[in-house]
Amino acid sequence: MAKVLIIAEHDGTELNPSTAKCVTCAAQLPEADITIAVFSNSPGAVASQAATIESVNRVLAVADDSSEHALAATLAPQIVALMGDYDYAFGPSTTFGKDLMPRVAALAGVNQISDIMSVEGSHTFKRPVYAGNAIVTVKAPDGHPVVATVRTASWPAAGTGNSASVEEIANNAAVPSHTRFVELQSGKSDRPDLQTAARVVSGGRALGSSENFDIIYALADKLDAGVGASRAAVDAGYVPNDMQVGQTGKIIAPELYVAIGISGAIQHLTGIKDAGTIVAINKDEEAPIFDVADIGLVGDLFSIVPELTDAL
Amino acid sequence: MDKILVGLKRAVDYNVRVRVRNDGSGVETDGVKMSINPFDEIALEEALRIKERGEASEVIVVSIGPAEAQQQLRTGLAMGADRAILVESSESIDPLDRARVFLELINREQPGLVILGKQAIDDDNNQTGQMLAAIWDRPQASFASKVELNGDSARVTREVDAGLETIEIDLPAVITTDLRLNEPRYVKLPDIMKAKKKPLDQVPLAEFKIERSPALEETFFEPPSARQKGVMVNDVAGLVSALKDKGLI
Ligand SMILES: Cc1cc2nc3c(=O)[nH]c(=O)nc-3n(C[C@H](O)[C@H](O)[C@H](O)COP(=O)(O)OP(=O)(O)OC[C@H]3O[C@@H](n4cnc5c(N)ncnc54)[C@H](O)[C@@H]3O)c2cc1C
Ligand SMILES: Nc1ncnc2c1ncn2[C@@H]1O[C@H](COP(=O)(O)O)[C@@H](O)[C@H]1O
Repeated sequence: MAKVLIIAEHDGTELNPSTAKCVTCAAQLPEADITIAVFSNSPGAVASQAATIESVNRVLAVADDSSEHALAATLAPQIVALMGDYDYAFGPSTTFGKDLMPRVAALAGVNQISDIMSVEGSHTFKRPVYAGNAIVTVKAPDGHPVVATVRTASWPAAGTGNSASVEEIANNAAVPSHTRFVELQSGKSDRPDLQTAARVVSGGRALGSSENFDIIYALADKLDAGVGASRAAVDAGYVPNDMQVGQTGKIIAPELYVAIGISGAIQHLTGIKDAGTIVAINKDEEAPIFDVADIGLVGDLFSIVPELTDAL
Repeated sequence: MDKILVGLKRAVDYNVRVRVRNDGSGVETDGVKMSINPFDEIALEEALRIKERGEASEVIVVSIGPAEAQQQLRTGLAMGADRAILVESSESIDPLDRARVFLELINREQPGLVILGKQAIDDDNNQTGQMLAAIWDRPQASFASKVELNGDSARVTREVDAGLETIEIDLPAVITTDLRLNEPRYVKLPDIMKAKKKPLDQVPLAEFKIERSPALEETFFEPPSARQKGVMVNDVAGLVSALKDKGLI
């Protein structure tokens, strides 16, 4: 049996959809027995949500005041204290999991498998390297726990309808006080979340200013789409950092991705290669984005985008 | 603060379009341009700025890699690092073992801060800094976009999925860099000349006597499945009808 511990990602009240994606991945392991661990100062609500995910055998609700904010330094020792009973510890390849899981792996004395995109066997996985330009098959050593992050764009979220048992347990691990949460500035909007939206519209450097980005938002609103951006647009200050799509931003897999005034650098493309349909609007017919686009339109975005918004 | 330790990994240049070898044994690196991992240049720039503000006295750049990684360390010295250490190893070692090498260097050098990149753009692992902080039993501030030192603690703003998170960490600690932390300086010719005289220690990996972690085995490399080239449309009406055909609107 493969006993898997999945670390829930949440904001204190809502379970993040990345957790149900980790479950889909874990369920591919032979004879998977899946536990979700919710670490929080008050884990109840999130634990009940986790218990509804299909394939989950049980949920552990671990209450500790230090877990009010998800800090790797305070969570990692609590996870390692639980891990004795498990063969696997999985977290999502979001900034939460990427920060946390290597700390867990190191305390457990193993290397981490980053960004699992497929499960090939009990200890064999595929993952992307070189900005997704190569896929490598990695074998983890037998007889040691496997600590990994799950590439969220590669896995659909597991369904709900389950009612797994929720067990409340106390934390016995010592947590350090050397790392303290100060604040989170989040650009919360009413638009669909970039990482889970079925449709995403992104703008690049060509937009030229944050005011001009309004035409991207207008199109996105018509399509009920999330909004993303290239690194160049983020660096230029047109939009906040949490909108960056790509190798070092968010890796997404919407059904529809519309790239507007984005050239299509490999670092950007690696963030969208799992999208269903890619639409590109660019005035340069040689732009590399057209090599991957399913539908391409050459022209000036400042006339095309408002016209498209009106046409929809 | 006395010293800052910075990791400089020699990696395939970010402009290179990497090709997988036909036999699946790896990616083609023969004749391919190698550079400092971009995030590590940012790490070094941050360390240099801290030193220039008078908040540290020495910046040491470290690379674990083949003899050729001297090139990247020399570039780091030309950017302004004070000295360099090459932990020489012809084979690539796993991230936890790299963290153990860094920990051994920490024990020797006693730095107040270690700055690494958030990820190496070859293996895209995004692990080493967090692992080092774990085994050193010190704070980590990963994906940093702003660093403010206040004596024996630091305030670091981190780029997270939800926005910008600020944490306070006691020093010493490990910081890993995100792209927007700073813009690295260009190296000037006279600095390249000066860098030739700066100390670069070469130490064989074997001298470190680190315990090796259970190794991950990379058994096969393959190219990603390619996307089919699509259709071009002439105008907005064509785009709308193509989207309709696919049932997307
Ligand atoms: C280590 C590293 C990591 C990186 N990570 C990422 C990442 O995660 N995500 C990312 O996006 N990038 C990333 N990059 C940057 C990447 O290499 C490119 O520089 C970036 O994606 C370019 O953004 P862009 O396409 O908006 O800008 P540009 O490359 O400048 O392209 C602008 C495009 O707009 C078109 N255009 C201009 N005017 C108009 C108009 N009026 N109408 C229509 N089209 C127009 C142009 O033809 C051009 O194709 C990374 C780079 C490095 C080194
Ligand atoms: N061989 C190495 N030599 C020096 N620094 C390294 C090496 N490997 C990793 N690092 C540092 O650790 C960071 C993260 O690497 P990785 O965990 O491999 O993605 C890099 O940006 C470097 O700062």
